[in-house]
Amino acid sequence: MMRIPKLINRVDFGLMSPDEIRKVSVTKVIAADTYDEDGYPIERGLMDSRLGVVDPGLRCRTCGSRAGDCPGHFGHVELARPVVHVGYIDSIYNCLRATCRKCGRILLQEPKLEEYRKWIVEMREAGQKWWEMTNEIVKSASTTEKCPYCGEKRALLKLEKPTTFNEGKNRLTPSDIRERLERITGDDAVLLGINSKIARPEWMVLTALPVSPVTVRPSITLESGVRSEDDLTHKLVDIIRINQRLSENIEAGAPHLIVEDLWELLQYHVTTYFDNGISGIPPARHRSGRVLRTLAQRLRGKEGRFRGNLSGKRVDFSARTVVSPDPNISINEIGVPEHIARTLSVPIRATEHNIEELRNLIRRGPDIYPGANCMISPDGKRYDLRYADCEELAKTVEPGFIVERHMMDGDVVLFNRQPSLHRMSIMAHEVKVLPGRTFRLNLSVCPPYNADFDGDEMNVHAPQREEAQAEARILMKVQEQIISPRFGGPIIGGIQDHITGAYLLTRKDTLLTREQSQQLLAAVGMFVDLPKSAVKEKGVEYWTGKQIFSMLFPKELNLTFKAKICENCARCKKEECEIDAYVVIRDGQLLHGVMDARSYKALDRCEVLDRIVKDYGTTAAREFLDRATKLSIAAAVMLGFTTSIDDEDIPPEAKERINEVLDDAREKVNKLINIYNAGELEPLPGRSLRETLEMRIMEVLAESRDRAGEIAEKYLGLDNHAVIMARTGARGSMLNLTQMAACVGQQSVRGERLSRGYRGRTLPHFKLGDLGAEARGFVSSSYKDGLKQLEFFFHAMGGREGLVDTAVRTAQSGYMQRRLINALQDLRVEYDGTVRDDRGAVVQFVYGEDGVDPAHSDNGKAVNVEKIIERVVGG
Amino acid sequence: MSVEFDARQHVLVPKHEILSKEKAREVLERYKISPHQLPLIMSSDPVVKAIGAKPGDILQVSRNSPTAGRAIVYRYVIEE
Repeated sequence: MMRIPKLINRVDFGLMSPDEIRKVSVTKVIAADTYDEDGYPIERGLMDSRLGVVDPGLRCRTCGSRAGDCPGHFGHVELARPVVHVGYIDSIYNCLRATCRKCGRILLQEPKLEEYRKWIVEMREAGQKWWEMTNEIVKSASTTEKCPYCGEKRALLKLEKPTTFNEGKNRLTPSDIRERLERITGDDAVLLGINSKIARPEWMVLTALPVSPVTVRPSITLESGVRSEDDLTHKLVDIIRINQRLSENIEAGAPHLIVEDLWELLQYHVTTYFDNGISGIPPARHRSGRVLRTLAQRLRGKEGRFRGNLSGKRVDFSARTVVSPDPNISINEIGVPEHIARTLSVPIRATEHNIEELRNLIRRGPDIYPGANCMISPDGKRYDLRYADCEELAKTVEPGFIVERHMMDGDVVLFNRQPSLHRMSIMAHEVKVLPGRTFRLNLSVCPPYNADFDGDEMNVHAPQREEAQAEARILMKVQEQIISPRFGGPIIGGIQDHITGAYLLTRKDTLLTREQSQQLLAAVGMFVDLPKSAVKEKGVEYWTGKQIFSMLFPKELNLTFKAKICENCARCKKEECEIDAYVVIRDGQLLHGVMDARSYKALDRCEVLDRIVKDYGTTAAREFLDRATKLSIAAAVMLGFTTSIDDEDIPPEAKERINEVLDDAREKVNKLINIYNAGELEPLPGRSLRETLEMRIMEVLAESRDRAGEIAEKYLGLDNHAVIMARTGARGSMLNLTQMAACVGQQSVRGERLSRGYRGRTLPHFKLGDLGAEARGFVSSSYKDGLKQLEFFFHAMGGREGLVDTAVRTAQSGYMQRRLINALQDLRVEYDGTVRDDRGAVVQFVYGEDGVDPAHSDNGKAVNVEKIIERVVGG
Repeated sequence: MSVEFDARQHVLVPKHEILSKEKAREVLERYKISPHQLPLIMSSDPVVKAIGAKPGDILQVSRNSPTAGRAIVYRYVIEE
């Protein structure tokens, strides 16, 4: 096909006139049949070869192209009687209601119309939605009783969905409707929202029906050789058959009743041809009882043309499988199964330098792993290696050929996990081909993807062009995404065991022998000399864990901060801290303090990692993270770390004290209730007596839970593994532990104590109106001891609310984010620092008013004064 | 509310100034835009009325910003 360069100035949307329908038509369709006995299309039938071709080998009789090149051509059916178009039924109704049934003018005085016309012109110029004026015009016109032009009285017009109009008791035929629409003048049509230059109202009633090209309704040949027609073809067969019967009956002068019936049937078929999901009429069905999928069904909904094929589509060069962890690969890498690596290909242009390598790949063919799938010669011819003599083809390769070779180690791919809520949901990884059937990913990249390994699947996309690959490498690599622009801190970092391991290693009393130290460093892949030993005892050298961990830091790193385990004492003892929570790093040496969540945990403050990314670059940060996580795991393995339910054991005397506290609280609650019943309770400002009582009770119970927790905490020291995890921020919290060890506490629904269930009580085990602690859902047992029956029930009530909340919250926030993204998707930061929309209009004169990229600044601030002072003064 | 109420006196209303013809042209040239690509403000806006700006004027608004301390933005006055 010849391409003519054209500049589109504007696009008009109008209606097709019957004449236009006939003009674009290549043939009138008369026969309700498709193919004859020999399997050839019937002349003037629904599969007429002038309507386009779908069978290979045949040529289109209109354009002469073969299947695939022929775009298809419209035909038409001359309808024996007009029918209304369902899609425009509301507009037709508006037109009929607003105009006189006799003279066709809008039922409003001329000055009023003139005013509306002026408004419409103004709104049009201002680019506003002028057609929305129609509603107002129709509303006022349809209440006029007498035509101001010819004096005709209006008759009650009712639309009986979907397509029939009744005027009083009379039914309006589509012919009547068409006549009335014809009477509407062009000027009046504009007021009804119809631009009469491109659409006449009467065109909403069809006298000729376009027959879609065969290319949009191809028939499929089953293996048995039986032809199966598309739903649209079936529907068109119905239309043509009824149309034929209708015209025969009219010609034969059949009784009025029979003609009317057939006419109505024709209307039904044309209606369902356009939309088979209209309420009020039964949907057209296939012989098997399946509902037909007609024009509107093809476009509408999630799997429709718009949402399913245009806004979102399936792509080539992608793969999907289950993900599993691999702590030994870098965060930048992704383990790809060999099977996928064989299927996904990367095009490589042959040059003098790589030609031998490529020849070898071709020789190996598509089935032996580092091979190739396809070869393209410079004239564009494709050679599929599955069906070729690879040995021979390899000899023909010259510089300039393109070889589609298997995916290999070091290739860049995009890795994605749905839902893709932020930009870190798609990151570029380097391929590492591994045995097995799953994608392998480093544990540190779980937070940005929000992935775990309980069966999650993820997608890989292989960029093909060098430009796309370079862009992915430079902008999207995992190491470039360590700092999240959402809060200006690392979103990629250590998790769980990485934190505990680092803590165990850097604790004050961790001393390692030469062998141990070297083993740890070997696990990281560092084969370097050890520094001078810190301790020498009985002739044996020992290294501290801090020394070993310090070997990962850049040489000039200087930092001072408080670790997560810090207890926020009133007066900080700094370097003398008993629990070693004051972290001092000088010249890359960890002098004091421990490594924990504050140092390099994802989504935490992450002081060390944050500093390394910002001062030493992303490559240094990636190396640090890869090593630190491996070192921590190795340390945890070497030093030993386990946890079990007996970590929450507390001695009997603690139990007793906790029980005392709880009994005390119960008594206090009862006292409060007695005061309340006696009417002596002082209400808090702005609260009713009852609310005051509830608040006071909640206070007492919360305090008692906290005190019980404190008692338990005294017996749970930093030598306890569960406590180590909680305090270092690796996993769990002290609240979790005290709930297990001491007391679960008050259950609540909507922030209040439990009160619903029965009349005046939560369960029939209690007295009516009992406000005591137990009766309203206070759980005094611990998880470890086990809950009493009633407590268990209350706990389930509270737990259920949590579940419902999360379900509702995700749905709500998902919708909110969708709308936000739709509103903001066209905005971008231009090179001059302004934020502009798609028309180039300024939204912000300086991005964020300060022009700061949160991913490249400290906590989103333009300057970090403390950091500068520390650097200058030297801490 | 009294007729004399001046929106400019309110603590939450930042400073608005009408730019001179040259200054306005400078701004448009700096961002390489037409006036309609600026954020718009209606001539019926209380502040616009108070400073007596006319449609076609460009206003300079200097306001306090939590991120930048002080931020300067421009508004194009349009008819209601």
